[in-house]
Amino acid sequence: MAKITMREAISQALMEEMDRDPSVFILGEEVGVWGGTYAVTKGFYDKYGPERVRDTPIAENAIIGSAIGAAMVGQRPIAELMTINFAFSAMDYIVNQAPKLHYMFGGQFTVPVVIRAVGGGGRQLGATHSQTPDVIFAHFPGLKVVSPGTPADAKGLLKSAIRSNDPILFIEHATMYQVRGEVPDEEYLIPIGKSKVQREGKDVTIVTYCKGLELSMKAAEELSREGIEVEIVDLRTLRPLDMEPVLESFKKTNRAVVVEEGWKSYGVGAEISSRIYEQAFDFVDAPIMRVAQKEVPLPYNRTLEQAALPQVHDIIDAVKEVVK
Amino acid sequence: MAETISMPKLGFDMSEGVLVHWVKNEGENINKGDVLAEIETDKATVEVESSAGGVVRKLLASEGDVVPVGAPIAIVGTADEKIEEPAAASGKQKEEPKAEEIALAPPPSDQPASAPAPQMESTPQPAPSHRTETVEVAAEKAGPIKASPLAKKIARDNKVDLSRLDGTGPGGRIVRKDIEAALAGGQPPAVSAQKPATTPIPSFVPALHEDETVQLTKLRQAIARRMTGSKTSVPHFYVTHEYKMDAVMALRKQVNEYLPDNEKLSVNDFILKAVALALREFPNLNASFAGDKVVRHGAVNVGVAVAIPGGLLTIVNRNTDQQSLRAISADVKRMVAGAREGKVRPNDIEGSTFSISNMGMYDVENFAAIINPPEAAILAVGSAREVPVVEIGELKVGWRMKATISVDHRVSDGVEAAQFMQALAKYLEEPLRLLV
Amino acid sequence: MKKEQQLDLYYQMVLIRRVEERGAELYQAGKIGGFMHLYIGQEAVSTGLIAAREPRDRVITAYRDHGVALNCGISANEVVAELLGKVTGTSKGKGGSMHMASTEKNMWGGHAIVGGHLPIASGLALGDQYAGNDNVTICMFGDGATNIGYFHEALNVAKTWGLRVLWVCENNMYGMGTSVERASAVSEIRQRAEGYNMKSGRVDGMDVMKVYEASKEAIDYVRGNSQPYLLEAVTYRYRGHSMGDPERYRKQDEVKKWQENDPIGIFRRHLMEKKTATAKALDEIEARAEDEVNKAVEFAETSPEPSMEELFKDVYAE
Repeated sequence: MAKITMREAISQALMEEMDRDPSVFILGEEVGVWGGTYAVTKGFYDKYGPERVRDTPIAENAIIGSAIGAAMVGQRPIAELMTINFAFSAMDYIVNQAPKLHYMFGGQFTVPVVIRAVGGGGRQLGATHSQTPDVIFAHFPGLKVVSPGTPADAKGLLKSAIRSNDPILFIEHATMYQVRGEVPDEEYLIPIGKSKVQREGKDVTIVTYCKGLELSMKAAEELSREGIEVEIVDLRTLRPLDMEPVLESFKKTNRAVVVEEGWKSYGVGAEISSRIYEQAFDFVDAPIMRVAQKEVPLPYNRTLEQAALPQVHDIIDAVKEVVK
Repeated sequence: MAETISMPKLGFDMSEGVLVHWVKNEGENINKGDVLAEIETDKATVEVESSAGGVVRKLLASEGDVVPVGAPIAIVGTADEKIEEPAAASGKQKEEPKAEEIALAPPPSDQPASAPAPQMESTPQPAPSHRTETVEVAAEKAGPIKASPLAKKIARDNKVDLSRLDGTGPGGRIVRKDIEAALAGGQPPAVSAQKPATTPIPSFVPALHEDETVQLTKLRQAIARRMTGSKTSVPHFYVTHEYKMDAVMALRKQVNEYLPDNEKLSVNDFILKAVALALREFPNLNASFAGDKVVRHGAVNVGVAVAIPGGLLTIVNRNTDQQSLRAISADVKRMVAGAREGKVRPNDIEGSTFSISNMGMYDVENFAAIINPPEAAILAVGSAREVPVVEIGELKVGWRMKATISVDHRVSDGVEAAQFMQALAKYLEEPLRLLV
Repeated sequence: MKKEQQLDLYYQMVLIRRVEERGAELYQAGKIGGFMHLYIGQEAVSTGLIAAREPRDRVITAYRDHGVALNCGISANEVVAELLGKVTGTSKGKGGSMHMASTEKNMWGGHAIVGGHLPIASGLALGDQYAGNDNVTICMFGDGATNIGYFHEALNVAKTWGLRVLWVCENNMYGMGTSVERASAVSEIRQRAEGYNMKSGRVDGMDVMKVYEASKEAIDYVRGNSQPYLLEAVTYRYRGHSMGDPERYRKQDEVKKWQENDPIGIFRRHLMEKKTATAKALDEIEARAEDEVNKAVEFAETSPEPSMEELFKDVYAE
């Protein structure tokens, strides 16, 4: 095992898969010569050359659209969106084309494209550059949406995504690239569509993913000192959604808090709590709480921005509310 | 203000009664609760009490009249106020006045709400049978009870009346731990006994209710068979005694401080031991009738009635007189849990020599149980509650609990039963005796 | 072009015409749902264009795709079955009129979002460039698609990356109900290529032989130079944008004028003048096409519907 950062984990996954399969190539804005705006593909251009690490014009429709076309004829492109906020500029390709082509044409061809995107707020980039619109993409059947919270998960899941024959949106977080975690030395894959219990506990079930996992783990430590043991279930994949570990945990604790960075309305929490009420109604001992971003466009000012984003103390408050 | 007394409804299918005898006549003084008249129904001749005090101003029916339920029969008021005569007594029924409910005293000779189930099936706890269900229905009609879905399910599975519980969740919501506390403690949380009823009265909605037919389960059929056999062949008599429970409540609190959460003693544990020790002094009550002889059992194995879905089970604690409170408690807890899950060993449900039915958690003042054949007696235990008591001429607050023993008159007599109940008081009211 | 091939082109054009006419009837009989865009009047464009490709060259088009599908070699059976939503259709009945395809015949659909398939076309060519072959991607679209962002992004990357894409704009003068004059900054679509420093051409889209020649030249250029090319084919659709179009945006005498220049009529005259075929031979070809269409309709009508299980199939590849 080695302790590496999220950035290193993702980088390693990309490199390992590019070494393994020549049909894998990367395209996106500034991925080549610049080395990637989050330095994930640093060094790749020199190693693999301009055909396999392709800089593109600032033209999201062309980036995602041509990635889809290349995938249709047998390549395995990894398209990068500099931030998930730019996904809206390629919305048609991400939700209207990629997830539907395999189905609409009777299964004649597959679209094995991975779209990597960086999401999240907290760096004072302003409202249009700081969103967590994950649920929008998770809404569409035919598209898989993956968002890991640990370096080990990121590496294993990205490798699986690249090898998958389905179109996959792989969402990373702008403030998590330095997060460190243990990663196995030998090659491993993590299956897409499997939630994982990242921390065991008996009092409250926290359901979360990506940045929410980091915050929840911190909250868990503090809550433990006060005698409340939370169990944290990390979804890792938003679609297809694996509710089994969530329900198993909930049947034990009877209380849940869902933590996400997106807005509460119509969010991940809405989906999870709905499913818990549907499938574990008799086990509900308290209403399910949701911790999410305040319903505002994210402001530039640092204090205001932090106030808008979900914090560790919000999670602690929610857990305490739910055990009352 | 004059009050009209109406023909009370004394049975669910009673539509009219015969006014056989006026006990008080016009012009006589009457106190609230005094007997005003005697009425004949299908089942019996019943005394009707006045719901008002004052002077009997008017009698509205004659002796021998057949009066429909709800029709006015008398007016009680002050001596000189103006009285308006209401519509003809034998005429239509007006809205049911409150008076009839107060006049009602449920005939004590009818079956008690709880009956121990046949021993071969399982040990019965106080059967939360139709009486509790009626209460539950009434409570539900009074407005939604705040309880989590989980709490409601556990309550449903264990036939706990939610309306009797206080919730510790937000807004007074009943949550899982409240139900679990109620089930483990055997008593409702003390707070609920004092809490005044605040449930609102729902608006009247006329509805057409259809009959519902429920097939009897095997367990229910067995209970039916055995209880009928017991009631019809065993001449029961009953003795009630009220116990001062202050010492037990205090001792229990003390002892429980030293015990882990899952081993805390309940009041019932104390009662079991006390009964067992008292039976040692009255071996004739720890016995069975056998035709021309009485078998006085060597061991004292006290059975405890447990409510399970669909009926009752009697779990049996062996050699209760020789076990420590803690051992009795653990054994009972184990068997109760097993009974609830449907897993009991044959040994757990056979061989009781005396049974106890405790309905204390259901706010029952007092009741009488049906003897579990072939035993000679059964003790029915009500709630321990804080009530006003008089000690040496002074009014105080004390913990009192009523218990009624049902005894097979072929085996024993009133005096022996009464003395047994006195002996039991010795153990319950000086509970240190249970420890040595 | 050899005689056999010319006669085959004639057959293809007539087949398209008959399929479209029967399609209109079936639609009005309520047997076809959704949108249906007829190719009547434009037959020369896809017939001449696709005749100029090699089998390894890829074709992708917009929603007016029945004719393109037939030209690529997809059977009339599968085309009509797809229109009727049957499981024997090109897309198992799950695509419909606008989403016909056959990867086997290198026909990549049938796409409904205006201009949406253009970046995908760049992608097909990117995939081939990455694989190191010289396949050409032929991307067909209408004049309306040249105003949307997707067009510009797709052409820009094709030129920047040197992708082998032949962009063919079927300029039938109207983007749905809006004429080119009212929608476009330029009156000749080919002018747009200049903005991308891209070679371009313009051809009479009613003449199948002219289309064939221009296409051949353009394909050779694209393949040889690994550069995109924009070919504008000026044509006309005799029916509305789609079924149910009340056609308030054009006058009927304009339609009639173009109908005098019917591409099938033009080619028929050409074949007879050049003595490549007699009227009788051409009539026989038309009868054969008619027969094939009748068989296709019967095939489609007797084909089964997709099962309920098919609803959930192919959402994911795995």
